Amino acid sequence: MDWSFVLTQTLTQAIGIQAIIYCLAAIGLNVQFGYTGLLNFGQVAFVAAGSYAVGVIVLTFDLSLWLAIVVGVVVALVIALILGIPTLRLRADYLAIVTIAFSELVRLTVRSIAFKDVLGGAQGLNGKLGQDFHDTNPLPADFQSLPVLSWTRQDLWVVIVGWILVALFTLLVWLLVRSPWGRIVRGIREDEAAVVSLGKNVFAYKLQALMLGGVIGAFGGIVWAVAKQSVQPDTFRPEFTFFAYTILLLGGAARVFGPIVGAILFWIILAGTGEFLGQAIQAGWIDFLQPTDVGNIRFVLMGSGLIALMVFRPQGIFGDRRELALDAK
Amino acid sequence: MLIAVRAAVSAVVLAVLSLLGVTILGASAAHAVDTTLVGSFTAPDGSGIPDVSITVSDEAGFSETGTSDANGDFAIPLPGGGTYAIEIDVTTLPDGIALENPEDASRSLLVLGGEKKIITKLVEGEGGGGDDGGFLDVSGDQFLQLLFDGILFGIMIALGALGLNLVFGTTGLTNFSHGDLLTLGAFTALILNEAGLHIIIAAPIAIVIAAVLFGWGQNKVLWRPLRRRKTGLIAMMIISIGLAIVIRYGVALFFGGAPRNFNQYAGQPGIEIGPVSTTPKALILAGLATIALIITVIWVQRSRIGKATRAVSDNPALASATGIDVEKVIAVVWTVAAGLAAFGGIYLGLTQDNIWNMGQRVLLIIFASVILGGLGTVYGAIIGALVVGVFIQLTSLVIPTEMKTVGALFVMIVILMIRPQGILGRRERVG
Amino acid sequence: MPNDQAVSDSIAASARAALSTVEPRPGVPKPDPIMVADHVRRSFGGLTAVNVEHVEIQRGAITALIGPNGAGKTTFFNLITGFDDANEGTWTFNDRQVAGTAPYKLARIGMVRTFQLTKALSRMTVIDNMRLGAKHQTGERFFAAILPFLWNSQEKSVGQKAMGLLERFNLHEKVGDFAGSLSGGQRKLLEMARALMADPELIMLDEPMAGVNPALKQSLLGHIKTMREEGTTVLFVEHDMDMVHDISDWVIVMAQGEVIAEGPPDTVMKDQAVIDAYLGAHHEAQLTETGESLTESSDGDSA
Repeated sequence: MDWSFVLTQTLTQAIGIQAIIYCLAAIGLNVQFGYTGLLNFGQVAFVAAGSYAVGVIVLTFDLSLWLAIVVGVVVALVIALILGIPTLRLRADYLAIVTIAFSELVRLTVRSIAFKDVLGGAQGLNGKLGQDFHDTNPLPADFQSLPVLSWTRQDLWVVIVGWILVALFTLLVWLLVRSPWGRIVRGIREDEAAVVSLGKNVFAYKLQALMLGGVIGAFGGIVWAVAKQSVQPDTFRPEFTFFAYTILLLGGAARVFGPIVGAILFWIILAGTGEFLGQAIQAGWIDFLQPTDVGNIRFVLMGSGLIALMVFRPQGIFGDRRELALDAK
Repeated sequence: MLIAVRAAVSAVVLAVLSLLGVTILGASAAHAVDTTLVGSFTAPDGSGIPDVSITVSDEAGFSETGTSDANGDFAIPLPGGGTYAIEIDVTTLPDGIALENPEDASRSLLVLGGEKKIITKLVEGEGGGGDDGGFLDVSGDQFLQLLFDGILFGIMIALGALGLNLVFGTTGLTNFSHGDLLTLGAFTALILNEAGLHIIIAAPIAIVIAAVLFGWGQNKVLWRPLRRRKTGLIAMMIISIGLAIVIRYGVALFFGGAPRNFNQYAGQPGIEIGPVSTTPKALILAGLATIALIITVIWVQRSRIGKATRAVSDNPALASATGIDVEKVIAVVWTVAAGLAAFGGIYLGLTQDNIWNMGQRVLLIIFASVILGGLGTVYGAIIGALVVGVFIQLTSLVIPTEMKTVGALFVMIVILMIRPQGILGRRERVG
Repeated sequence: MPNDQAVSDSIAASARAALSTVEPRPGVPKPDPIMVADHVRRSFGGLTAVNVEHVEIQRGAITALIGPNGAGKTTFFNLITGFDDANEGTWTFNDRQVAGTAPYKLARIGMVRTFQLTKALSRMTVIDNMRLGAKHQTGERFFAAILPFLWNSQEKSVGQKAMGLLERFNLHEKVGDFAGSLSGGQRKLLEMARALMADPELIMLDEPMAGVNPALKQSLLGHIKTMREEGTTVLFVEHDMDMVHDISDWVIVMAQGEVIAEGPPDTVMKDQAVIDAYLGAHHEAQLTETGESLTESSDGDSA
């Protein structure tokens, strides 16, 4: 039973690449759901847009990563328009269903054999997707690793830049939310008719929130592709969106730091349990589980956590119960 | 802060309890799972194809050939994680059966560990179906077959859709865990079946158990207390999502990731009825399902409780004011919905297989049916399910089979855009 | 927007004076209409809820829209405020065609409405509610919002205007509180004050007295009169006959979707057609303050 392994792995994952990816997705959701009340359950489609932009531009077309990032943002905006224009006037539960259906539609389309030449089919796109980024790595070439945290030289650079991105987007959200723009979307969250009666173009604001949240999510996908150098369609399932919601609700929806706190805490719990169980099974402490069960256990944890959150503390750690969009019918 | 501590403790307790429950129950059922390549060869009519040869090899020199068993299943142990080349010997496929995608004959796969399942689609034909036959290439027989399959599929979906609709109508809940009610019903029957009961006996018992435990019980333990606390509908919807995940991965934990069949009727030979080929089990199940649907509809239309259900769907406050016991109606509705769903799950398990995400796979299709027909209407769910079922099958003429669901999803999105109340719904219900 | 009190007073006074020359019949033209509606129809299935041939609202006056339950006045109200779509018909605001215009645009050109079920945004503070009402805020644009220096000073002046209105409505002590913590009456006042932040030319109140206690009623009446003195045109839908009698300059009566009478309050309330509509054609009685209770206590005095 290697406790230090459990500890280092947990800490590493808690502030590592996965945490960053989910954190970015959750910041996007915070703009859409936390502040504007849009029940977007298709966030993973935006993340996929970012990842696939990197995969397609860099691998299929052999162009620069920086161009890929621009393309990723544009694709996310387009997806937001396609999704938003017809559906934003639907009420909450319909919007949830439509957005999940949309994200599945996107996944099934990108993994289909019909587009295999460009999008890689079920196998996805694998290769040196992030080379342009990794070439900018300023860390010394003989870098081994940090104490306790086990990142490679490449990964550490991604982690650093990733958290910088998180900080930048958090700043952006903070600025927006305390501005008159933020006032309007918070009003929309509670009662659209009131905001309309005061002369604001509610539809445009909802679309803007959807677009911004989608772009931030796309950056999560970009980080993913650059870090893992691989884009696999079956990793972009609705479960990803549910994870992101759990993170958002855990940290506190409609709180600027909610996604960050939520992501770190969430991964501490998930990674911690996963590593602990993994080690315990190996050490023979638990003999009725297999290593392959750990993944399923993590999901059960996540689901139970989501239920418990919603039942007992929907405002999460930092949220304000008075402000939530959750009492709406 | 005290509330937060209490909440955290409750969350941990809930998680631990569910894990314990699942693992203790599953201790006997869990089996050792080393790295294995698994899959099955299933003919279009649902029967398994034995003696198909499949070879797995890697660059390090490993090579192993396996053949499918009587049910069409195969399992080839692998030395560990890595990239493998997989080859299907198409000469071992029976006459009249071919790979839908000829490229499946030779694939490369990254295996990480544990069981890796591969899916190989088979169709009737000599040279494989290909992805786009175009409308003109379709024979009348093929069209009829698809239509027939579509209706049967639609009837099965209707079992799920009707229940979902009833729950939505009376409680307003958009239940994302409804698909998993099918899974639970199927696995309840599976437990009984593997314990020795013939599926014909196990099925009705399982349906009753499911109706009581996962219907009436679920309402009593979870939804009713939430309603009493005046939990908002969005919050409840998110809770249903969490519940869906818990059920799904709990079943995966408990039963493993590989598909399982019931002990009877798994590889039933097909029969021909004119231009259409099917299996006796499919026909019987469709017949029974139709009867169940008709009985439920008559019950809703005519019986006292059924009418009370419609009253509650329309206006719970008013229904309550006229003396209807709203909570009792809701309890009955949940019981019926879970029972119907369990039947649907067993139906799926008999005609395809039982796997942890079987309900999830049809959830969006069920939603599409309900939305198409009209959320909250009585016949809407059934009509919607039939239309969606047929549509899904027929669109496989034009789009690749793997994307069949895409058609249904697309239709659902379009309906929500232009006529959100569905075919039968009334406009005022939607905004 | 009237900014000179003397000018406003004279607008209000002249509006009332002008109305005295108008003949009290349904659809009568007004000397200076701010809104004119023609051939407005709204049906639900087979039921025609609204069928207004012609109606005009006088600028600067307080006009009441009344009628028995089911008369269609709320539906008509929703149509002209853009919250429902008419099957047919046109209406103008300041001679501008506005039928079919999106409701948010109507607020921008000077038509602001309130709601029967008060929509004070409970999850926002009182001051934020008020700030939301102000028009032309640079900070409301997405890209400008990120750069506070672009809108800071405007925010300050909006805040000052808000405080002024809050003091007028006696809500200034609640400035930082969440609107949800206010009493029902206070939230009604907040909604009214918020509507004034948008400097409306025409303010349209949907049953402003609904669920309001008598003490607050006087306060609300006072505020509405003040609005008129400032030159704002007021149109309201109401059931409360006291209020209608007390402050309206002109009354429009609807029944079964049509305008059946118009005129000063006293005239309208003696109109036989109006009495019939409220009480049913078999009763003869005058509509007094408690028009509703008369319905219960009147004998069957068949004509």
